[in-house]
Amino acid sequence: MSKKTLLNSKDIEIILHRLACQLIENHNDFSNTVLIGLQPRGSYLANRLSDLLKNKYQVKEVQLGLLDITFYRDDFRRREAPIEATSTEIDFLIEGKNVVIIDDVLYSGRSVRAALTALQSYGRPENIELLVLIDRRFSRHLPIQPDYRGRQVDAINEEKVLVTWNETHKKDAVYIEFK
Amino acid sequence: MSELSVEHLLGIKYLKSTDIDLIFKTADHFKEVINRPIKKVPSLRDITIANLFFENSTRTKLSFEIAEKRLSADVINFSAGQSSVKKGETLIDTVNNILAMKVDIVVMRHGNVGAGVFLSNHVDAKIINAGDGTHEHPTQALLDSYSIREKLGSVKGKKVLIVGDILHSRVALSNIFALQLQGAEVKVCGPTTLIPKYISSLGVTIETNLKKALEWCDVANVLRVQHERMDINYFPSTREYKQLFGINQEILDKLNKKIVIMHPGPINRGVEITSEVADSNESIILDQVENGVAVRMAVIYLLAQQVKR
Repeated sequence: MSKKTLLNSKDIEIILHRLACQLIENHNDFSNTVLIGLQPRGSYLANRLSDLLKNKYQVKEVQLGLLDITFYRDDFRRREAPIEATSTEIDFLIEGKNVVIIDDVLYSGRSVRAALTALQSYGRPENIELLVLIDRRFSRHLPIQPDYRGRQVDAINEEKVLVTWNETHKKDAVYIEFK
Repeated sequence: MSELSVEHLLGIKYLKSTDIDLIFKTADHFKEVINRPIKKVPSLRDITIANLFFENSTRTKLSFEIAEKRLSADVINFSAGQSSVKKGETLIDTVNNILAMKVDIVVMRHGNVGAGVFLSNHVDAKIINAGDGTHEHPTQALLDSYSIREKLGSVKGKKVLIVGDILHSRVALSNIFALQLQGAEVKVCGPTTLIPKYISSLGVTIETNLKKALEWCDVANVLRVQHERMDINYFPSTREYKQLFGINQEILDKLNKKIVIMHPGPINRGVEITSEVADSNESIILDQVENGVAVRMAVIYLLAQQVKR
């Protein structure tokens, strides 16, 4: 298996700043906006963005929730190995809010589909947007597209996109793995 | 580990400690779910569950039914009182008829010991034992341990006292297995006539003096006197039972420490426990009921994971 670096830590930093600025453009002071990171991997990106907005761009308060979608997936009992759930940490209602769903890689779109269903348990949002770091644009199974994207990748199905974070792998990077 | 080592939940004695850890970890997630404004997840949309209650039950049946509905399973209910069992149908025939309607999981309570094991050998569905005679009641023991873990941080090393009618109690036996598996110490206390003869062979100690027993423990799980299972008199009078083994505020106040009070319900207020104690801050009786739903959701979810199509 070979591995190619798609984004290094510098690239990722630039992209995070751009995404933060794009969010501010649409959501101003975030008074009616909440960020929802998808567990487990989208939560790192969501935390980074929320820190960036608060520390570098002087947004006073960013409401951040982490959503686990395990119980909403459409492949329960269809996978070879069962998936373990992670925790959901949303201590607010999203009724009437602008929600931004955040995940690291958009692939088939099924996780986002599950997240849309899961969010219904927390109220009726005004609207929902999608932010992803990597958009694998030729591999969608569902009509779901991101509103904010870090980088678009034309990877084929046999290739795997791997995102690592400082928090987990001591390095911010995005790789493409070839079989 | 993310899969149970068993195919059915027939009793705690078939489980490993890793199974209990997995059930509790999963229950933590479901406890969060049932405290949301919308307390439901769609995981089990294509699973059908039959609740077969050949013996009376209110809270266990309700708790299972709510757990099943919170997971979006289809539920059918059956109570022996209004069925063909009265007309002489056998257990296997009853269950096979229900399975012919394409049921994936059977939750069963039955008066006979081993009914769940018997059924699991003869029908093709996941079986959850919701109480078989005086034998086991695994989900009750799981929710009891889960509640202790929630209140005291862990079960390991804790001293748990089971007070009351041990002889007729499936809750007692399942609790003994579950607590020991997790590294807790267990003592039983009650009238000698209501303590099974060979209970010490399970590694359980016996104490017939309630005050001494309470002084020893961190948690007291108080059981109901099961008049309906008694064909002879095991103690002279309810009044005498209450005086010797009833838990009241006065006896708790005399202890050097605070202990956690549990009761699997239904409570005979003023017999094994006074209202004052049952409703006090030390009592976690209603937490047990809430946790029961989360724990049963976890058990059902984990078994449903193994259903093949």
